[in-house]
Amino acid sequence: MGCNLEAVRRLSEERRGRPGAVTETLLEIQRLCRHLPEEALQEVARGLGVPLSRLYAAATFYAAFSLTPLGEHQVAVCRGTACHVRGAGRLVDELQRRLGIAPGQTTPDGAVTLEEVRCLGSCSLAPVMAVDGRVHGRLTPERAARVVRLLLGEAGRRECGNS
Amino acid sequence: MSAEILERLAVEGRRRLYPFRPRVTVGLATCGRAAGAEEVYRRAESEIAVRGLDVSLVPVGCLGWCAREPLVEVWRPGGPRVTFGRVRPEQVAEILHYTATGELGELRPLGHTRADRDLAGAELWGCGELPGPPAGVAPLDELPFFRSQVRLVMRHCGLIDPEDLAEYVACGGYRALERALREGRPENVIGEVERAGLRGRGGAGFPTGRKWRLVRAAAGEEKYLIVNGDEGDPGAYMDRGLLESNPHLVLEGAILAAFAVGARQGLAYIRAEYPLAVERLGRAVEQAREFGLLGERILGSNFSFDLEVVRGAGAFVCGEETALMAAVEGGPGEPRFRPPYPAERGLWGRPTCINNVETLANVPVILNIGAEAYARLGTPGSRGTKIFSLVGDVVNGGLVEVPMGTTLQEILCGIGGGPSRGTRFKAVQTGGPSGGCLPAELFDLPVDYEGLAEVGTIMGSGGLVALSDRTCMVDLARYFLYFTTAESCGKCTPCREGLHQMLAVLERLREGRAAADELEWLAGAAEMVAAVSLCGLGQTAPNPVLTALRYFGEEVRAHLEGRCPAGVCPALTRFVIDAGSCDGCGRCRVECPVEAIEGAAKEAHAIVQERCLRCGLCREVCPTGAVVVA
Repeated sequence: MGCNLEAVRRLSEERRGRPGAVTETLLEIQRLCRHLPEEALQEVARGLGVPLSRLYAAATFYAAFSLTPLGEHQVAVCRGTACHVRGAGRLVDELQRRLGIAPGQTTPDGAVTLEEVRCLGSCSLAPVMAVDGRVHGRLTPERAARVVRLLLGEAGRRECGNS
Repeated sequence: MSAEILERLAVEGRRRLYPFRPRVTVGLATCGRAAGAEEVYRRAESEIAVRGLDVSLVPVGCLGWCAREPLVEVWRPGGPRVTFGRVRPEQVAEILHYTATGELGELRPLGHTRADRDLAGAELWGCGELPGPPAGVAPLDELPFFRSQVRLVMRHCGLIDPEDLAEYVACGGYRALERALREGRPENVIGEVERAGLRGRGGAGFPTGRKWRLVRAAAGEEKYLIVNGDEGDPGAYMDRGLLESNPHLVLEGAILAAFAVGARQGLAYIRAEYPLAVERLGRAVEQAREFGLLGERILGSNFSFDLEVVRGAGAFVCGEETALMAAVEGGPGEPRFRPPYPAERGLWGRPTCINNVETLANVPVILNIGAEAYARLGTPGSRGTKIFSLVGDVVNGGLVEVPMGTTLQEILCGIGGGPSRGTRFKAVQTGGPSGGCLPAELFDLPVDYEGLAEVGTIMGSGGLVALSDRTCMVDLARYFLYFTTAESCGKCTPCREGLHQMLAVLERLREGRAAADELEWLAGAAEMVAAVSLCGLGQTAPNPVLTALRYFGEEVRAHLEGRCPAGVCPALTRFVIDAGSCDGCGRCRVECPVEAIEGAAKEAHAIVQERCLRCGLCREVCPTGAVVVA
């Protein structure tokens, strides 16, 4: 997908010289473009005055960054300890079956990326998952699938409409 | 002059906390939202508008009893405050009816509260004995969940609006800062925290006062304060709870710490996975600036300090202080060798004080109740209270604050209400991926830094994950190693390669392909990785494996013989339905994701083994315990 390089340039130049600007800038671009395209990283390098290699090091180190485009929606199943012992694996298996993609992958139509995250800190409501940043708790495989189905609306009925 | 600003804010805050009309609060921290509290809030908002009720509707943080979310509290002028749990949107109308009339009808509240106290412990509001409590509604603090808690740091969580500075000030907030600045003697603040015996709540337990003294004494004009909110331990969320429920408490602690060590600049590093915590702390910082609590010449003193909120980008290792600083500087979050410690050479090479969120939240409490009162709580080596996140297979999960030295038994069975339905406690996991699992036989152990270290685990940041007999210790050890292997930054070899090899052994164990002599190798590798890794991640990552071998050796060895007694490892598990106990209710058949269960209604069901995924969902939902491991 496209990425507004003009916006990236503005973002980077605004932050030039600010200590610790790299992560904040990259997080913002990740949010805007749903990944960190190479052209954007080159803009950031110019804008912040930081070598491209350093940006690449940060971009490949942290879980929040992706070099390939993520889907329009992000479904992140929590794999924290409490979720693990309360059946997070079953949620992942179910969503994997319904969406036809493995964790870390995006559906071919670019609608959904399925992810596993470390811990969302809502352990008392385990198992939980975050859909576009909104945490859903006390899930069963069936409820998790329903949340995703509602999210996808019409397209969802087509994609994973086996119930 | 400065005290007057606080006085004005306090008056305003008290007016909002205890207005001349009913106040209805809804817990809207992340856990509340995950349980559906936003719908409850929206419903209340529209009902109040439609009915034209004269009611203050206020979003608050988390009371801590997350198992009962969504939580709603109703305070009617002159009467006690009543707490409702697991509120469904359709109950909102009834709750508002109670709000308007005092009639409970069919509602069954969790409990009621008759007084609130400020940070120093003085009564802030009380409704006395009259009017009597609503019939059949117990005092909230006498319920098992609250009875043995001592809520000092969490006292105002779930009571105040986290986005309202005035409400925090009404609870005694920023008074400790005002006094400290008026006195103008940082060493007094350090002395008080030292006498209180406060130790770092992030995991390592380093004495906070001593750390402050080191940074204060360090050479150099420019010093930094860092608030470590990179709460990465899975199963621990007290920092999120505090930041979302009472961000000003953390902020006041941070300003006091900066004053104590002589820092003029600070930053709060919060995980990106906690967007609401980032937002609320950010708002608190803005409000503090607006009222002269941050910035130049704070409260009219000659102390100046400002704080910036920065987001992490998702790396567990960044909770380690040198990795965190590397991340702030914009590179990969790789730890480095210490010394030099951050106190001498930290962020941008300057002396830096790094304190955990919960540690800082303790500081205003200590300065309000006094070091002596604080130090009377807890054990000789571990003073004060600690917040634990009690989660996993337990009835009453949530954030609980107890004096150090409280036994696991009291926390898990007293406060926690025992194991989840149909299960038994097998163990408790403490300290996240750096900790270990303790068997139920050790539940009479008092929880403090020393006690947990003696039995081979750590307190860490305070996650307590209750594990039932349906948890496999091999699977759990593999889970943690998978976690630490993925989160190892790769800088030092023992952590990068050693954990990887250990994980391979656990994978083989899980699949029943491990050779008998591999357990010995595993134990040796674990000890080696712990001994020679560069930072805390590698040094503690073997703990889950070591405690599994130490306390659950029999279960681990069963995997060598191709058995998983808990029925978790798919390759070694076969579920069957005991025809004698199955009443044919059909729940397992409905829930099974692959339709591997057959049987007519009211007749014993059976599992088609060829289709079964061994996910265990049928066992989970079976009301009669008929699904068993063959």
